[in-house]
Amino acid sequence: MPTFGSFSLLLALALSGYTLLAGAVALRQLATGARARVTPEKLAETARRAGIGSFVATTAAAFALVWAAFNNDFSVAYILHHSNRALPGPYKFAALWSGQEGSLLLWAWLLAAYGFVLRLRHKVDVKLTAYASTILAGIQVFFLLLLNFAAMPFSLVGGTVPQDGFGLNPLLQYPEMVIHPPMLYLGYVGFAVPFAFALGALMMRYPGEKWIHITRRWTMVTWLFLTCGIFLGAHWAYSVLGWGGYWGWDPVENASLMPWLTGTAFLHSVMMQEKRGMMKTWNVWLIFSTFMLAIFGTLLTRSGLVSSVHAFAQSSIGSWFWAFLIIVLSVCLFTFILQRDHLKADNKLESLVSRESSFLFNNLVLLAACFTVLWGTLFPVLSEYVQGNRVTVGAPFYNRVAVPIGLFLLFLTGIGPLLAWRSSSFKSIRKNFVLPCIAGLVAAVVVIVCGVHPWEIFTTDGQGSFYAFFAFVLAAMVVTAISAEFLRGAGVISRHTGQGLLASMVQLTRRNTRRYGGYIVHFGVVVIFIGIAGSAFNQSKEQELGFKESLNIGPYRLECQSYSQDSNANYDTEFALLDVYRGGKKITQLAPEKRFYIASQQPSTMVANHSTLAWDLYVIYAGKNPDTGQPIIKVFLNPLVAWIWIGVAIIVFGTGVALFPNMTAALAASRNRVQSAAVADALPARGGD
Amino acid sequence: MRRISVISRVLMVVLVAVLTMGAADNATRYNELGHKMMCACGCGQILIECNHLGCPDSDRMLGELRTSLSQGGNDESILAAFQEKYGPTILAAPMLTKFNILAWIMPPILLLLGIAGTMVLVRRWRLRTAALPPVQRSVQFQGIRDRIHRETEL
Repeated sequence: MPTFGSFSLLLALALSGYTLLAGAVALRQLATGARARVTPEKLAETARRAGIGSFVATTAAAFALVWAAFNNDFSVAYILHHSNRALPGPYKFAALWSGQEGSLLLWAWLLAAYGFVLRLRHKVDVKLTAYASTILAGIQVFFLLLLNFAAMPFSLVGGTVPQDGFGLNPLLQYPEMVIHPPMLYLGYVGFAVPFAFALGALMMRYPGEKWIHITRRWTMVTWLFLTCGIFLGAHWAYSVLGWGGYWGWDPVENASLMPWLTGTAFLHSVMMQEKRGMMKTWNVWLIFSTFMLAIFGTLLTRSGLVSSVHAFAQSSIGSWFWAFLIIVLSVCLFTFILQRDHLKADNKLESLVSRESSFLFNNLVLLAACFTVLWGTLFPVLSEYVQGNRVTVGAPFYNRVAVPIGLFLLFLTGIGPLLAWRSSSFKSIRKNFVLPCIAGLVAAVVVIVCGVHPWEIFTTDGQGSFYAFFAFVLAAMVVTAISAEFLRGAGVISRHTGQGLLASMVQLTRRNTRRYGGYIVHFGVVVIFIGIAGSAFNQSKEQELGFKESLNIGPYRLECQSYSQDSNANYDTEFALLDVYRGGKKITQLAPEKRFYIASQQPSTMVANHSTLAWDLYVIYAGKNPDTGQPIIKVFLNPLVAWIWIGVAIIVFGTGVALFPNMTAALAASRNRVQSAAVADALPARGGD
Repeated sequence: MRRISVISRVLMVVLVAVLTMGAADNATRYNELGHKMMCACGCGQILIECNHLGCPDSDRMLGELRTSLSQGGNDESILAAFQEKYGPTILAAPMLTKFNILAWIMPPILLLLGIAGTMVLVRRWRLRTAALPPVQRSVQFQGIRDRIHRETEL
């Protein structure tokens, strides 16, 4: 099987190389009109088919690696280092992306899969798809070169093959690890598609904005995958790392956030290009940057440029990524310089108080957030270069610098949709803003009465209450603004059709799925902000708990019922059984544990969490007192965390709605199809060409 | 003049009261300082959050922090002492010194410059845009406008 895998990778490289070369030659012939023995159309078609073939070959290679994992083929070095016999089946499957070589193979396979779908759907626009296919093949060649010559997943173990593997990193032995990396990679890799279309459209001086229509769904789906990947990662960190938080501003977390921020900016500003023919250069560079940041994120993870808790993925292939990044940047710059006259805007901004300018400011803030994350991630390297010593740029920096930017963004999320295109009159601003402002004031009073005092920033060192106060107030304003938009539209439909308000809202959403799906996504973002604001009021307590001893935190009392140890083929475990009481009534039993994985000889925390809408009771088995043999239990009371995951679910729903075609468009399309069919039936059959 | 003096004294008293109000006790300071430092073991976690089994450093460092607090040192001197002992990477964020100040000021400066630049750009564009001819407000047109207002309530 390793031989089959290696051969498949070589074949995939050859086929991708052919797609790149033949595609480039065909497109050059088409552009210059040069005559050749094989027509450019035929050559492009062979390139397309080779691209499809490369997907089959890459799939075969990925299958070979998974097969080797499931069959405990420890002659393959990658399987030896990332699996063992006792590893449960799903984690053997996850071994595909648990290490350097495997995760690069996953990159290549997902890229090939995206390319496969794109090439199958080439009739959407044959020429533009040919450009995009060729560019994607170029990216694919890079990853396949890496897999064939620098990070080979099918390398064999020298000498005697060990009977068992070294096992999977314990931190990765958690159900979400089976889905989090593929989601993240689907997001990272997916941005290659709008990037390829944008670069292709610029190369061929594509007339109009149709390329945006073609790539809209690609971009949204990719963005959704990246969003889910990031939050699955946050949930994994929360559930596995056991430090009571979900985001540690680790360089690798930052690496996933940067393309998300620029991708979000692109999703917004691209609407300006569609509707008003503006910001063409900006949009092209946004999608270029998004793709390059995705590559840069991978470079950060792999090269060891910055220190990270994700150190398991570091190696020396950083130079390959640097070279690739420089090539991509050069191609983008060269194409832009050659074709920049094609990107002249059709219109210009007419007012600072307009929908267009709100998009522009939203983009600025998103880019500022991206810069902050990038700056904070790279500052230690810069400091070492300038001062001769590294500094750490961790959570306190981001809390002070990035959080205010995030709150400004939340503010813009609320006011943007209330402004009219081109220019907003004072009357309409007053009319649209009165209700959200009242809601904000009411929220401010309620929040202060509930004990959130923003002025505490002057008396203590923590900024938590200050930021939380503004997050709650802005959230109230944005939710009111979004609700008012829905209610106003639904009210009009309700009066004209006699439908109930809820049915009218559904109809309203179906009439303009993109707009109202977008509002739902914004609502999800607000809910996430509320959840994050709760972290300002986290409490924690650590205590040694003997039999029948208890610990009080917030409204909860935890009583130790027993503590013991156990073991199985995969790990040894120590755990405590804790009864949780609230108001004197037992509500649940929690069992935090500490595992020690035998194959990898590494420990891992298994957090016990009782989650409610108000707060999470998050319990960790911190260890055992060597003198008494009793467990040390650490408890966190984390308010509002559940709302973060609810917010993500709302974002997924909203994006799903926005991906649906509008009701009127769908009806028109089906009407057109019926009419075309009727016309085709009525026409006499003609000779084919 | 006397009134100004009284007001300024009252303001001073209020300011001092606000700044010293609820001055952090040792438990709060322990928590805050513990969040301003990293664990020295290389795990990349905030000192007070470091929880990995058998960490050789976090318990000892937290003990040192408790001792420093009980000895009455202020936050700056405690952080400086830890930095002296463990190196600059022990601080979770750069201090506001020399080159490190760049870490803090660059993002807000860039954002403000971006906003200012955008405002200037929009203003220039608006000045360059030729004034549109006045809209013909015929009776029929006004009727359509009124109907749109009625039906959409916008």
